[in-house]
Amino acid sequence: MSDADPGRAPLGRDDVVHVAHLARLELSDEEVELFTAQLRTVLDHAADVAALDLSHLEPSSHPIALQNVMRADEPRPSLERDEVLGAAPAVEDHRFRVPRIGGEAP
Amino acid sequence: MTPPASGPGLGATTALETAAAVRAGERSARQVVEEALAAVTARDGELNAFLSIGADRARAQAEAVDAAVAAGDDPGPLAGVPVALKDNLCTRGWDTTCGSRILEGWRPPYDATVVVRLRDAGAVALGKTNMDEFAMGSSTENSAFGPTRNPRHGGKVPGGSSGGSAAAVAAGFTPLGLGSDTGGSIRQPAALCGVVGMKPTYGRVSRYGLVAFASSLDQIGPFAATVEDAAVLFDVLAGHDPLDSTSLPTPAEPVLARLHEGVAGVRVGLCRDLVDGCAPDVVARVREAADALAAAGALVEEISVPEFGFGLSAYYLIAPAEASSNLARYDGVRYGLRVEGEDAAAMNAATRTAGFGPEVKRRIMLGTYALSAGYYDAYYAQAQRVRTLVMQAFARAYESVDILLGATAPTTAFDIGAKVDDPMAMYVNDVCTIPSNLSGHPAVSVPFGAGDDGLPVGVQVLAPALDEALLFRVARVVEAHAPALAERAARS
Repeated sequence: MSDADPGRAPLGRDDVVHVAHLARLELSDEEVELFTAQLRTVLDHAADVAALDLSHLEPSSHPIALQNVMRADEPRPSLERDEVLGAAPAVEDHRFRVPRIGGEAP
Repeated sequence: MTPPASGPGLGATTALETAAAVRAGERSARQVVEEALAAVTARDGELNAFLSIGADRARAQAEAVDAAVAAGDDPGPLAGVPVALKDNLCTRGWDTTCGSRILEGWRPPYDATVVVRLRDAGAVALGKTNMDEFAMGSSTENSAFGPTRNPRHGGKVPGGSSGGSAAAVAAGFTPLGLGSDTGGSIRQPAALCGVVGMKPTYGRVSRYGLVAFASSLDQIGPFAATVEDAAVLFDVLAGHDPLDSTSLPTPAEPVLARLHEGVAGVRVGLCRDLVDGCAPDVVARVREAADALAAAGALVEEISVPEFGFGLSAYYLIAPAEASSNLARYDGVRYGLRVEGEDAAAMNAATRTAGFGPEVKRRIMLGTYALSAGYYDAYYAQAQRVRTLVMQAFARAYESVDILLGATAPTTAFDIGAKVDDPMAMYVNDVCTIPSNLSGHPAVSVPFGAGDDGLPVGVQVLAPALDEALLFRVARVVEAHAPALAERAARS
């Protein structure tokens, strides 16, 4: 587990700011402080797991062996379009309406 | 203070009794619903178990049941029985919030499969229950719509995340409830509220229409005041569903038929790793339950499964990782809250920032971190290897015993507000329930007397995959020998 280097720097403010950006969350300075301390506590607790030598075990993503599920390709009713669009914050011409996407001409 | 109209050991009307009376035409489903609605009106202002009540729908559903009875048609095994639905179960045209501002006012365009199954069985959906936001929490304090209070003591949490459903059953509002259990979210609130709460085998109950939290762990399961009622509800819920690709294709074996077969010769492992570290009064109740099973003919031995000790850390990497992916869908585009921004990315971020509460943000960030470049192997992949370790440990344990026994939660219900500022202290509540989620095995919490504070204690019974029949049999014997929950539990 080279990646579980015990000498690695603990999670810091910059990590939290980076992760928040990836997750599309905006944090105040106070929230960055708070979450840095709280996430570090959780990761410290996980150090017991990170330190185990489990290289002989395969990771399990699910409790049961998943397999592709196929069904006959038969037409069947789908969700009511108007009902689905009715739940959207903004709709135009039977489509979801969103603000300008970055870089796109207005 | 009005005492609960029902609850375990209080001579309440069970779901089975209600259904029998409705089927026989001795009580009308409409009258049952009116009584349930009156009970909610009288006391839920204090408890906040429900986020919404579907009075008109419930009355219409009840009248349909009564019409079926009058016409001589079979109204189903749960005819006229009111049920409380956790608010992460989709109900067509009926608000489904997941306890979050980001879904406030959202009305799903379809029903969850379990909601359809309940209706087909004659049950009446009474209301949608409070929960920790997106099922992330162990106290129901993370709801955007205020905490639920424990019906046994108003200053205490009901547990979580399905605290609203547990409280609704404990208060006697409904004899049955549905919850979801990702790391203990059915069993832990059941223990803290003094009701039965059961997590089925992964894949045994369809999750179509359950709003996803951590997809490799989530299961829907029953709450009830008695083991028998929980068994009836499980039989209604269980079975294959083509709408859920993780639904197991094997037929579900009805558990009710074998419920009273007893435990003679059943090998029960009292698992030290599921009691060590728990409060002494909780440990004492678990040991009394083990003694009761032995007296009933079970072969009880103490066993150790030390690998369970790594489950908590693994869970709090795996579940947030999956949540960070599942909750990416809340982007202000197709449903739910939108907070406008100058472009789509700004709108996404503004929406998520305003719509998610602190615990959800914490878990999304934790999961994103565990999945990010440079940390994936150390945290996420390593946690998945621990999952393999726990699954192998279960398999080894079940070579020598048929059933495992332990505590459900380390303590009785704690004070509202006591742990909200300390995530790790809150997470430790799930230490005894998490192993079954990692392995996908069924487990149930059965009320077994009280702690030194007079509040309920839950004993947890664990079984191998798909052995729900044995699980319920053992739970029934535990229940039959449970000390009555003393009425001295002070109600504030």
